Amino acid sequence: MSGEQLKRIIATDCGSTTTKAILIEYIEGEGYRQTIRGEAPTTVEAPLNDVTRGVVNAVQELQELARLKYKNENITFLHDGPSGEKEIKIPRDGDNGVDAYVSTSSAGGGLQMMVTGVVANMTGESAERAALGAGAIVMDVVASNDKRMNHEKIERIRELRPDMILMAGGVDGGTIKHVVEMAELVSAADPRPRLGTAYKLPIIFAGNQSATDAIKDTLADKVELIVTENIRPTLENENLGPARDKIHDLFMEHVMQQAPGYHKLMEWTRGPIDGKMTNIPIMPTPAAVGNIMKTIAQEEHIEVLGVDIGGATTDVFSVFTDEYIFNRTVSANLGMSYSISNVLASATLPNIIRWVPFDINESDLRNMIKNKMIRPTTIPALLEELILEQAIAKEALRLAFIQHKEFAVSLKGMQQTRDISQAFEQSTSGATIVNMMTLDLLVGSGGVLSHAPRRNQTVMMLIDAFLPEGITRLAVDSIFMMPHLGVLAEINPTAATEVFNKDCMIMLGTCVAPVGKIKPNLTALSAEITLPDGTVFKEDIPFGEVRLLPCELGKKAKAKLVPGKGLDIGAGKNETREVELDGGIVGIVLDTRGRNPFVLPSDNSRIPMLKKWMKEFKVYPEHILN
Amino acid sequence: MAQAYSPGLSVTDNIVLAKQRILPLKGNVLVKKGDKVKAEDLVAETFLPGNVLPINLANKLGVTANLVIEYLKVQPGQIIKKGDILAENKGLFGLGLFKSRVVSPIDGEVESISQHTGQALLREPRIPVQIKAFIDGIVVDVIPEEGVVIENKSAYIQGIFGISGEVTGELKMLVNDPNDVLTESLIDSSCKDKCIVGGSMVTLKAIQKAIEVGVKGIICGGIDDQDIKALLGYDIGVAITGHEHLGVSILITEGFGKIKMANKTFDLLKRFEGKKTSMHGKTQIRAGVIRPEVIIPLEFNDADLVASESHMPMLEEGTIIRVIRQPNFGVIGKVTGLPEELHTVESETRVRILEAELENGKKTTIPRANVEVIET
Repeated sequence: MSGEQLKRIIATDCGSTTTKAILIEYIEGEGYRQTIRGEAPTTVEAPLNDVTRGVVNAVQELQELARLKYKNENITFLHDGPSGEKEIKIPRDGDNGVDAYVSTSSAGGGLQMMVTGVVANMTGESAERAALGAGAIVMDVVASNDKRMNHEKIERIRELRPDMILMAGGVDGGTIKHVVEMAELVSAADPRPRLGTAYKLPIIFAGNQSATDAIKDTLADKVELIVTENIRPTLENENLGPARDKIHDLFMEHVMQQAPGYHKLMEWTRGPIDGKMTNIPIMPTPAAVGNIMKTIAQEEHIEVLGVDIGGATTDVFSVFTDEYIFNRTVSANLGMSYSISNVLASATLPNIIRWVPFDINESDLRNMIKNKMIRPTTIPALLEELILEQAIAKEALRLAFIQHKEFAVSLKGMQQTRDISQAFEQSTSGATIVNMMTLDLLVGSGGVLSHAPRRNQTVMMLIDAFLPEGITRLAVDSIFMMPHLGVLAEINPTAATEVFNKDCMIMLGTCVAPVGKIKPNLTALSAEITLPDGTVFKEDIPFGEVRLLPCELGKKAKAKLVPGKGLDIGAGKNETREVELDGGIVGIVLDTRGRNPFVLPSDNSRIPMLKKWMKEFKVYPEHILN
Repeated sequence: MAQAYSPGLSVTDNIVLAKQRILPLKGNVLVKKGDKVKAEDLVAETFLPGNVLPINLANKLGVTANLVIEYLKVQPGQIIKKGDILAENKGLFGLGLFKSRVVSPIDGEVESISQHTGQALLREPRIPVQIKAFIDGIVVDVIPEEGVVIENKSAYIQGIFGISGEVTGELKMLVNDPNDVLTESLIDSSCKDKCIVGGSMVTLKAIQKAIEVGVKGIICGGIDDQDIKALLGYDIGVAITGHEHLGVSILITEGFGKIKMANKTFDLLKRFEGKKTSMHGKTQIRAGVIRPEVIIPLEFNDADLVASESHMPMLEEGTIIRVIRQPNFGVIGKVTGLPEELHTVESETRVRILEAELENGKKTTIPRANVEVIET
């Protein structure tokens, strides 16, 4: 469809906290642009219990802002639907309505799973990795050798009430006894799904394929049994893809569907495809972000790491290696509102406090975190609370990234070959393909990163959490638009790509970080950088420092970078690099605080050190750092 | 006049309330449409399958799994008594010497015997599950085999967070001011079976004392996060509660920390002191949100049960709000203006704000996201 025909598009993302709507318009001479943005709380709470009300509220805001922008009171995006309730008007008729409406959704909360295996640190661990990778909270791993008595296992399975169970166990063609015994325990527990009484609990069997018939005999009558390929077909091979896909399918069918009003929303999302008005499926938010991320990597021939930190979950996406291997993990229990208390539980208080440049009463911080959990839509009005939230965000991002690195170990096609000697120590085996030194672009997305009052804060959160090595470009999704564009690409890739390049991605700058550790005061990086305005920055930067150089968006700086003795900036230890560094709205960061390891002081020097770095980064107003 | 949607919690002295009372599994509904029920009355019941005890017969008999069938003395589905022989081998040389036999350790039923694993699953007798009405009211709908809908007219308070399940008891005020802390010294044996009300906070020791004397429920403004951890033995990661077996149900009206209970909530509870109250601490802050509730049934005629339409809590001039984030967390105020344009707050965040006059007379501006409408 040509741009002339598709002039106005609304895209929404119904998050677990906020529903975000954007207006995309075709403007003569400019092409597709994102012009207006509105948002409203997601309305899955009583008394509304209807996700579409939040959509209408967000679109209402778009409409009001469009009228103001174009000084045209006739613009309307909503009309009264057949039931008398407001809905989005499609197709457009002059100023009334829009040509297409698309949406993503992550409302519905997390996915809670239980997994089973035969040997806890083999098939149990593989099953856990598959479930975690698919975005689940793993409530328990039950295995034949987990030291619990069988009746204890049965009681545990019965009390859990997961959304679904993933059963693994046995290599193909091996003994079936243990995996069938596990199925018997599950059958005896007669587990019930967490939500609703009307449907059977879905159980995915991804174990020894020779046991399939016996598993069916044991379970098929009681549960909705889905059989897929073995996640551990041989001791040396792991094949998580098919099980993970099944989990995603069932997540859409069972968990997302529980979000009230979801069925109505599915009817609203429509647009012309090949000239015919067609229903456009609602895409899960992470899938849409993944779509866009893959496109960037392939079009620019680069390695990309992306993160989307939401209220309930944090998603990490990566495209690494020459083969563009794409990996996605969803840390279902790490987020900035609903799951914020879980960040505290997982990261522990000292790890959060280490990022805070002032003393704080621990009890106050704990209560603040819990209050954010129970009132997830509030925003930090006070500077101290903003700093605390950003400290929590760094930990949520760090933990989500650890989970991602542990998961992103697969070869192409999600097949991973392990050496037999590694097969018994999986936790330390399976080298990650995430290589921070070769990474080209780190992209942040999600409220706390996209809406940070200063972009410098986004830069510092990304660097502190991900610790990029060597030379890495940093970017942020300007107003959290990647999900919208990911789903829009399904019906109009031209519009999605144009808006992505012009309005979505904001280049923040480049981070240069030598890898290794040396004594403080020794030179970690000798930098000679010719900035676009002709000025030359030249300094032997000691270890443990940060420098921020302004370098405009779209401009490049010529740099000669000599790492300190024993350090590496990407060309090998002690090797000099002469490169062009990309500018951005924040600039070029020279970070000599060390990598592998990066260590924050734990003594009295911590707060002065943080303040010094934060001043250099210009992340917060000076008064709070004095 | 400017208006905006905002989330809110209900605090009202008069509401028509409908409660679904549904069994976890299909079963029997014990009441019929039009019946008047009391909170303690059973309205539906069913039986959960009994606990299962696995016994590996093959191992105990010292035979391979596929041979177990030859030695069975019971069949799947058979009712068994403790001590009944489940399987027995033929002994040495088939002569009955040194026979191994496996006896049932429980009364129950043989659920299954597997030829793949040689495992027998024995099931204990079924466990009854009974659903009570929870509120005094009238049965307005029966969902066959699943449960009922009960309606009544009530004074009603939605809390923000709670712990433990449903309880019923007489309402008893233990403090005179919504700022007062509920301490253990205020709790004595007269609080037994009561739903007690404190002010800004309840202490850990007070909760422990309440459990000791047999208090049914505690209603209070705030609670310390660490006290909950001390009570439960674990940190609450995601706010999904209500399943705890604490010995007392707790409902928090304002939030974590010491926060004065809203005057309106406190006054309402005071007005109904001595009345029978149903309450629960069930909280789920995710899709299909559940908030803890205090329900105080009122006298009513059937004709009174006309529910008003659900509406969106709106922010407009005159709306009573609660500030739900610092600064002024927990303070009640009245909206005096809703400027359209974005404002920059101290954290440098650009947000939509509202103008408000707080209880103490102070005039201020607050991000709209940081207030909650107190619904009436």
